[in-house]
Amino acid sequence: MKGSDMGILEDISSALQRGNGKDVGKLVEEALAGRREPKEILDNGLIAGMNVIGQKYKDHEIFLPEVLLAAKAMYAGMDILKPLFLSGKMPTLGRVVIGTVQGDIHDIGKNLVCIMLRGAGFEVIDLGKDVAPKKFVDTAVNEGARVIGMSALLTTTMPVMKNVVELLKKDGLQSKIKTIIGGAPVSDEFARHIGADAYGYDSMQAVERIKRFFSEA
Amino acid sequence: MRNVLKISVKDVIPGQKESLALQGISSLKEPSDRIVKLYQGARESFEAVCHPVGVVADITKEDFVRVYRGDGRNEASTPVGEIFEKADRLALFAVTVGHDVHERINELFGQKDFALGSMLDSVASAGVEKAADVVEARFSRYSRKRRSRSEPIVTMRYSPGYCGWHVSGQKKLFEFLKPGDIGITLRESFLMEPLKSVSGVLIQGHAEIHKVEDKYPFCIQCDTHSCRERSLRLDRHVTSRSANEGE
Repeated sequence: MKGSDMGILEDISSALQRGNGKDVGKLVEEALAGRREPKEILDNGLIAGMNVIGQKYKDHEIFLPEVLLAAKAMYAGMDILKPLFLSGKMPTLGRVVIGTVQGDIHDIGKNLVCIMLRGAGFEVIDLGKDVAPKKFVDTAVNEGARVIGMSALLTTTMPVMKNVVELLKKDGLQSKIKTIIGGAPVSDEFARHIGADAYGYDSMQAVERIKRFFSEA
Repeated sequence: MRNVLKISVKDVIPGQKESLALQGISSLKEPSDRIVKLYQGARESFEAVCHPVGVVADITKEDFVRVYRGDGRNEASTPVGEIFEKADRLALFAVTVGHDVHERINELFGQKDFALGSMLDSVASAGVEKAADVVEARFSRYSRKRRSRSEPIVTMRYSPGYCGWHVSGQKKLFEFLKPGDIGITLRESFLMEPLKSVSGVLIQGHAEIHKVEDKYPFCIQCDTHSCRERSLRLDRHVTSRSANEGE
């Protein structure tokens, strides 16, 4: 595992794609010792690697477990880089508030979206599960987040998503804060029905749709 | 009659195929060595933390009408509504693989072991269905003893939240079954805790009563094809019975 100075970012990306966190860690240290900027390592090594993984998953070349192994390797690199940024915070593509809606405590799907969003370079404020509509909106406003992501796995908790959209409407925030929903019982049609801005079929599609929100802004 | 059923851990360990299917990995594709290793790790972890237990209680048709009606939010026409009237015997059931499984999944995610955590979640989901299979099989076995061997008697299970039975039906089901003694509780949103739990009705009767047409509007939107798979099993069951009877 010896990366040339020129190719070290590609080596980081490759190690990440193999899901090898140890190699990612060593290569990130090596790149830093070679005076590579943390932002360059993050964008062109780690995030570049996750983008390849995302595309391979989309093309059905790899499966969810391989994506998650790569995500773990990415975190190994990010843990080294994080303290090196002046603010102590990673530079991000934007801030997203996410949670499982009130009444529901299923969080696997929501956790996967958080992992993928962070892997794509977003800052995620994870409110956890059983989250009340007001908490989604208040957190998004207070933290300056431009997206609220909501997950539900029960038909009985789906209406909570509508409550969040209506709260945003009532407060005149719907154009400033976009909403995306996901979970087994919801669909594109349901998203349109309640006035949500998007539906994510799975974690990767959720990331794509959220990226689109930011590029359209 | 109400029975608490102790279930052996080895009876609920799901196979690789059904666990990987829940990860979106088709059985048509050969999984990589890394994925197989993850499945094996998750299976071992599941074996260590799962505590399967179930409860079954007979219910009369009169009582089941009240349970099934729930808050009156079922679809107008449902398969269970058609089937249960023709049943020989009905029982409510609930089964779980316990709280520790979810705790372990959370721990793994907290340790950034996302792939193993996610795989364990799939193994546990497949595992609780196996536990429900065990409950169904025991109920079925007990009843078969009381019947002529030549009769094609079949037990099938149906759960609130599926096949037009509104999930709010859980409330009445829990009021009757009271599965709190095996650690299963119901939230206001009708969500069971532990998460990896299954509840429903066991409907026992002649194999023919379980055959329903794929005619219901909710079937079109349903991604769960287990009823179709079960129907196929039913066809095989009836066919093999008929063949044996003809010998």
